[in-house]
Amino acid sequence: MTESAPVLRHPMSKYIREDRQPWIYCPGCSIGIVTNMVARAIDKLGLDFNKVVVVSGIGCSGRSSGYFKTGTYHTTHGRAIAFAEGVKIANPDLEVIVISGDGDIAAIGGNHLIHACRRNIDITVICINNFNYGMTGGQFGPTTEHERYSQTSPRPIGNIEHPFNLVKLAASSGSTFVARWTAVQARRATRSIERAIKKKGFSFVEIIGACPTAYGRMNRLGDGLKMHEHLLEVAEIKNGLPPHEAELEYESKIICGEFVDIEKPEYTAVLRAAHTKFKESI
Amino acid sequence: MPERIMFTMGDIACAEGALSAGCRYFGGYPITPATEIAEWMSLRMPEVGGAYVQYEDEIASITSVIGASWTGTKAMTATSGPGVSLMLEAIGLAVMTETPLVLVNIMRGGPSTGQPTKGQQGDIMQAKWGSHGDYQIIALTPASVQEMFDQTVQAFNLAEKYRTPVFVLADETVGHMRERLVIPDEKDLELTYRKLPSGPPEEYLPFKPDDDLVPPMALLGSEYQFYATGLTHDERGYPSDKEHVQIELITRLNDKILKNADDIIDLERFMLDDADIAVIAYGTPSRSARRAIKDARAEGIKVGMLRLKTIWPFPDDTIASLATEVKHLIVAEQNLGQAYYMVKASAAPTPVHLMTKPAGMPQLPHEILDKIRKVDSI
Repeated sequence: MTESAPVLRHPMSKYIREDRQPWIYCPGCSIGIVTNMVARAIDKLGLDFNKVVVVSGIGCSGRSSGYFKTGTYHTTHGRAIAFAEGVKIANPDLEVIVISGDGDIAAIGGNHLIHACRRNIDITVICINNFNYGMTGGQFGPTTEHERYSQTSPRPIGNIEHPFNLVKLAASSGSTFVARWTAVQARRATRSIERAIKKKGFSFVEIIGACPTAYGRMNRLGDGLKMHEHLLEVAEIKNGLPPHEAELEYESKIICGEFVDIEKPEYTAVLRAAHTKFKESI
Repeated sequence: MPERIMFTMGDIACAEGALSAGCRYFGGYPITPATEIAEWMSLRMPEVGGAYVQYEDEIASITSVIGASWTGTKAMTATSGPGVSLMLEAIGLAVMTETPLVLVNIMRGGPSTGQPTKGQQGDIMQAKWGSHGDYQIIALTPASVQEMFDQTVQAFNLAEKYRTPVFVLADETVGHMRERLVIPDEKDLELTYRKLPSGPPEEYLPFKPDDDLVPPMALLGSEYQFYATGLTHDERGYPSDKEHVQIELITRLNDKILKNADDIIDLERFMLDDADIAVIAYGTPSRSARRAIKDARAEGIKVGMLRLKTIWPFPDDTIASLATEVKHLIVAEQNLGQAYYMVKASAAPTPVHLMTKPAGMPQLPHEILDKIRKVDSI
């Protein structure tokens, strides 16, 4: 008689809707890693999980909210930040986290990103950047490097456009906390996500991820394992570097670290103070 | 607060109606001729402990309203046609995720930028069919400053009761006209709030409807966890690409409005009892029609009016039965014919005559009177 080995539960499974398993993600994708990072950050901070709200937009990363076992909302394409702002302003006691992709947050939702940075509402945005629109099969997007191939920037020309550097974009738009890590720097990235959540102000964390199914295949970057190994090789940690120097060149250099951590009056705090003032004046 | 009397404009009455209904979140973007609603809200919201938030565009405005609503806060936005064009995406999301919210459209001349400072009723069909897919909408069409207040309160009640976006669809003339407004004592207002879930949180199914086809709504931050998505979803809220799930969901979303149409539809019958001719009108043209009908009656013409205080869901049954009582129907609206097609479909084979004016100044009483005389002489 052999006894079957006990099934071990993942330590973060208490935050996850296990009845929705398996994930929809492809083998080698980074989104599962980032989901784990967010769960661990929430766990480390000891947050009341009922008071955590996870919001996402459309795309592969947009599916992430649905796996968290709390109040979660899957918006239309690009609108996760706008929804999150409404939530946070209407109930500032909630911890509002947006997880979405580069296409969702920087293309169709780009205007909402820069204005939320400027407005300084205390939400945390985690952008998983895999350099393409993965869900629709791998088209170029706002972060695809010049001359890279995709389903809509095929050989021999490649991408005619130039990418956004999201760290520079968020920092120059006024975000009070800005960091970038790759999906393989899980512990450092998780610590930054913790700081981003704790920060009383708008926080932006970019996680560079791998999309072996689409972007990797079209640019011959290897499978998921190879792509993640590459991320580790080219990641350079430069905490505190001025954000405008936080370069990102997929082939050779991805500058990682925390680049912005500043103080600015936060929107909901200012609004609450105004309410108190009105009450006292009556 | 006790009863208050103001001499004010429709837009401000609308804002006051929202505040009296308990609205504590306004997300918007300035646009003529709805700007006064935003301005009034920016002044009043901090006084009542609410938020006026000005967004970068109408898309963010209404999406943030959806977010606010899911925290349990009554929330609204106000705009005009060009803004509604941008909001259509989120209207679909609000319908699909069953989110109570109020959307005010102070209708101006269109298409495109059109005539910002002039009125029109060109967005009737947009309100019904603007977002993609099969869905129903509730739209109220006030015709006075007092109704801008009263029907904004009603809009919140319907939004909360049926968990759905509700339009207040007013033409610019109603938005900008100034009249006496009585704001009732808050104790005298009947206000509705959405059903909240009860029972063990682990057994909660966020999109399982009660008998009225409306599911109780969990709030963000509560012990009831849920996943709400614009994707087709089952009773658990989980996405599904199964045919039967799509059929069940969209049938229920449509039925929860259509099967409660009698509760939602609000009509005024004016001098209709012995009428041979019925004028169908809403908003500002209904005011001209009222005068024209009195004048026509003085001439011995038996004419009356069915005034639509709600335009969606459309009162097809009422119009069908009215069409059996009268010889002719006249639709007077400030466009090239939108409600006209709905009336025609319901009234057949009774003839329906159209009296349109797709421009700033609504039909004047004597113009409607002329039309009544012409129809009477047929």
